[in-house]
Amino acid sequence: MKSLAELQAIRDKMKDKVVLREGVDERRVVVGMATCGISAGARPVLNAFVEGVNAEGLASKVSVTQTGCIGLCQYEPIVEVYEAGGKTTYVKMTAEKAKKVIDEHLKNGKVVSEYTLADK
Amino acid sequence: MKELSLNILDITENSVKAGATLTSILLTEADDTLEIKIVDDGCGMSEEVVKKVIDPFYTTRTTRDVGMGVPLFKLCAEQTGGSFSIVSRDKEHHPDSHGTTVSALFFKNHIDYTPLGDIVATITTLIQGHPDTDFLFRHQKGGGEVTLDTRELREVLGDVPLSEYDVIKWIEAYLNEQYLNL
Repeated sequence: MKSLAELQAIRDKMKDKVVLREGVDERRVVVGMATCGISAGARPVLNAFVEGVNAEGLASKVSVTQTGCIGLCQYEPIVEVYEAGGKTTYVKMTAEKAKKVIDEHLKNGKVVSEYTLADK
Repeated sequence: MKELSLNILDITENSVKAGATLTSILLTEADDTLEIKIVDDGCGMSEEVVKKVIDPFYTTRTTRDVGMGVPLFKLCAEQTGGSFSIVSRDKEHHPDSHGTTVSALFFKNHIDYTPLGDIVATITTLIQGHPDTDFLFRHQKGGGEVTLDTRELREVLGDVPLSEYDVIKWIEAYLNEQYLNL
């Protein structure tokens, strides 16, 4: 059974890490989660980023957050990646495409241009 | 929307945007009905605005002029022969008891009933995206229930945010375990 004691253990483990994390994000992943995004499939895309960033050990450098409507509803699910030097807008995202963005962009800094808005 | 849990995610985002400190997501399931209630203590809306939100051509967003969230949820309920209501008390007129309650009743055996879908993913997504606000989730069915109150978790976690990956995974497992016993 999952217990609050387990949560206590997570807290003890995380305490120091949380202090270290503040303000050190190299990249910020933002997923649009308004009606348009959600109905187009943003929830599994967000979860793929949350899972993938942790699986790849990128959690100390990459944050994954949510936002409202970005204003390009026909291109949802939309994911924006912010980093020093600019922003990349990925459109019509899926959990599969998220994996490639994690591998190439978040890990190695190489934009996956075939998924970007500019390429549409 | 392919799952009612996606409508729930969408409607609850409105509560968070309204500045709610606590949003309750209450599901009550009987043999042939499902009632979904989303109750928040956010800024609320005036009577005039409440009338407008069920109109798809009303929205608070500034990026475009159409707001589909509430009308879609209402349609989902009504197409099963069920009902929908939204009651709100705005902060200006009710400084001590403001907030919004959205309720919808679904008939599960109707051919146009949308399945609930992955409600656990909706709850973890809400907490991941809004770790500084509290959620109470309760799903009652056949005498049993699944429940989660982030205020209790926050007490144990102290300064560790609810959006931490390990915490989210714990919440996911905690809910799934309860669903196995429901």
